[in-house]
Amino acid sequence: MNAKRHVARMTVLLATAALLVTACSGSSSPPATSAPASSAGASSPAGSPITLTIAANAVVGGKSNQEAAWITNYVIPTFEKQMAAQGENVTVNFNGTGVADEQYKAQLALDLKSGSGADVFDMDGIWIGEFAQANYIKPLNQIVPAADGWDGWAQITPAVQANMSYQGQRYGIPSGTDGRFLYFNKSVFAKAGLPADWQPTSWQDILTAAQTIKSKVPGVTPLQIDAGTAMGEATTAQGFLPLLVGTGVKLYDESTQKWQGNTTQIQDVLNFYKQVYTTGLGDPQIQLAAKGRDQSFQEFSQEKIGILGESDYMWRGVINPTGGVDPMQDRNTEVGWTLMPAMTPGSGVNGQSFVSISGGGGRVLNPNTKYPKEAWALLSFMASKDAVLQYTNGQAQITQRNDVNSQILSSDPLLTFVATKVLPLTVYRPGFAVYPQVSQALQLASQEVFAGKSVSDAATEYNNTLVQLVGADHVASGS
Amino acid sequence: MSDPNATALRTRGAVAFLTPALLLIAVFLVFPALWTLYLGLTDYRLTGIQAAYPHVIGLNNYTAALGDPAFANSLWVTLLYVLGSAVIGQAGLGFALAWIFRRWRGPARNALEVLVITAWIIPSSVVAFLWIAFLDTRQGTLNAALGNAAIPWLFSWPLLSIIVFNTWRGTAFSMLLFGGALNTLPPSHLETARLAGASSWQQLRDIALPTIRGHILTNLLLISLWTFNDFTPYLITAGGPNFATDTLPVYIFRNALINFQLGYGAAISAILLGINLVIALIYMRLLRARS
Repeated sequence: MNAKRHVARMTVLLATAALLVTACSGSSSPPATSAPASSAGASSPAGSPITLTIAANAVVGGKSNQEAAWITNYVIPTFEKQMAAQGENVTVNFNGTGVADEQYKAQLALDLKSGSGADVFDMDGIWIGEFAQANYIKPLNQIVPAADGWDGWAQITPAVQANMSYQGQRYGIPSGTDGRFLYFNKSVFAKAGLPADWQPTSWQDILTAAQTIKSKVPGVTPLQIDAGTAMGEATTAQGFLPLLVGTGVKLYDESTQKWQGNTTQIQDVLNFYKQVYTTGLGDPQIQLAAKGRDQSFQEFSQEKIGILGESDYMWRGVINPTGGVDPMQDRNTEVGWTLMPAMTPGSGVNGQSFVSISGGGGRVLNPNTKYPKEAWALLSFMASKDAVLQYTNGQAQITQRNDVNSQILSSDPLLTFVATKVLPLTVYRPGFAVYPQVSQALQLASQEVFAGKSVSDAATEYNNTLVQLVGADHVASGS
Repeated sequence: MSDPNATALRTRGAVAFLTPALLLIAVFLVFPALWTLYLGLTDYRLTGIQAAYPHVIGLNNYTAALGDPAFANSLWVTLLYVLGSAVIGQAGLGFALAWIFRRWRGPARNALEVLVITAWIIPSSVVAFLWIAFLDTRQGTLNAALGNAAIPWLFSWPLLSIIVFNTWRGTAFSMLLFGGALNTLPPSHLETARLAGASSWQQLRDIALPTIRGHILTNLLLISLWTFNDFTPYLITAGGPNFATDTLPVYIFRNALINFQLGYGAAISAILLGINLVIALIYMRLLRARS
């Protein structure tokens, strides 16, 4: 009797434990060696139905509405019609999500690992290295030999192509690039007595303006510079790296082949963070909250944040009066923007006084696609001049194509600003597979300095993680 | 004397009936568990070179975990969460409700049960959203009820918030189980005790609790394990702010599926499995001591 109960309990227990273990360890199959897609994926005979799927971290009416609406309303019907004209019966589905980028990335990796996933999908350029190393994605010309002959490459500058390349091989077609700078709210500035054409020339100028807002405009968070692990890559791209290049160094120095470890420059950045978030200039709650970036967007659109470091994505995807997540009807008159200054004039990389960081995503072919020819036709169609023009639809956006940029450049003041002022100063993130892990270590360090750790402790801890990731030979420390 | 043919037939029948179940358990429980133990010995990652070519690194993941202050923090947070929300919160409140309302019958009792069970059956994602809306600093229902206060509940009291949340969410199970157990008390015992002048507290201490001790322990075993492995708080706080609600399942999720360290995540999962076994053994010891 007792023994039987014992067995029953043990079974329940083991079941619970094992379920948890499997749930937490993800898929349990060994890394699959995928068959070469080009041989497996012969095109279907004309007329028989083909189904293609596009995946993107975008949903109609939500995150990245512009892209989702474009795919649904333009790409799919137009492409299907074009294929029908060639006698091919192609149906395209859109698999859109609206989650944090890190979650989208995990979903993508799990899909590709199991040999499934959409035929064409969006990816951030900084993920290319680690996905390529894992054999989840393949160079375009290995999936579709014709890819190198695409006429669109001539319209995409090499720096932008490099975003979607790894070790000199193109893995996808870029869908644009971006730049980082400071936004500010002009009516908050007016209340604080600050100029509408504000241009800080040092970090101290930013802090001084924030202090003025703090004392003169109660109820407004003066300054948000992204920090912490909850914001993910936004912290590194919008906060840490623009600050770091303002101290005169790049995260990875190509000439010495070293990453920045516990250096004075890293400590300078951490000190800035500490100052912002422990003296009431920035709101640490936003940085630590689960949906902090959304909250910062929302508060900026409601005049509750004075100065915010962001990319042009916010202008077109968030506070855009048409189709933004947090639309600002008076965006064009209310919102000011200015270049991110170096720590002091002339202290930035290459002796610059103003700095920026750029990245950008693109679209990749799934090596497991059953219809590589048609998937490539879809991918290249989405990056054709007509399609890209349709995508921008008069909105501010640095596209991947020079011919489109020159046509729409003057239509928007912010677009002009990014293209002519920000991009010439910008630095791209290191295209290494290990970069996302280094980035996470930086995010953690930026959070620890305002959660109570000293700058030198946080920098030491970051340095230790970095040494584990890239080896002591590739870490620069000291000044 | 039993017929040997009949015994053999019975054995064969038992094997035939058990085989499918045992196969299922082997494929879906035993194999993944063993595979997890193996993965925990490797540097396997979701992306990068280690995704294609993982290496066995021995016990490095385990030593890394034991040396990681974040792991120690996570273990501590989990213990507080289990103690606060399962043992004190769900079991305590569940028993209190069952005891106080044990003589209620009819529509009032049904209404109470429906209320409590509602919290239990709503899907986690929906419940998480409701609680985010409830506790929001600027537009939250709770702050509005407090006269437009702007208390950042999830920021200033994150662990307490998810403990209260999980108590609210899971009390139904304990209440139903204890309610059923209390119904098995022979009314004559309580009646006799009352006539002998025993107070309500004495009836509870000397009659009810000893009689349903087995139910209490079984309930504690189940809800402790569930809470230990509960992932719902992640939907509300994502383990933050600054890891204040970083329970072990969240820690595993962060390392395995946000940082992509599948090998490390598997090692921690194995540690979690060990902790679960220890909890279970302690409770079973207590149960056996009873009989």
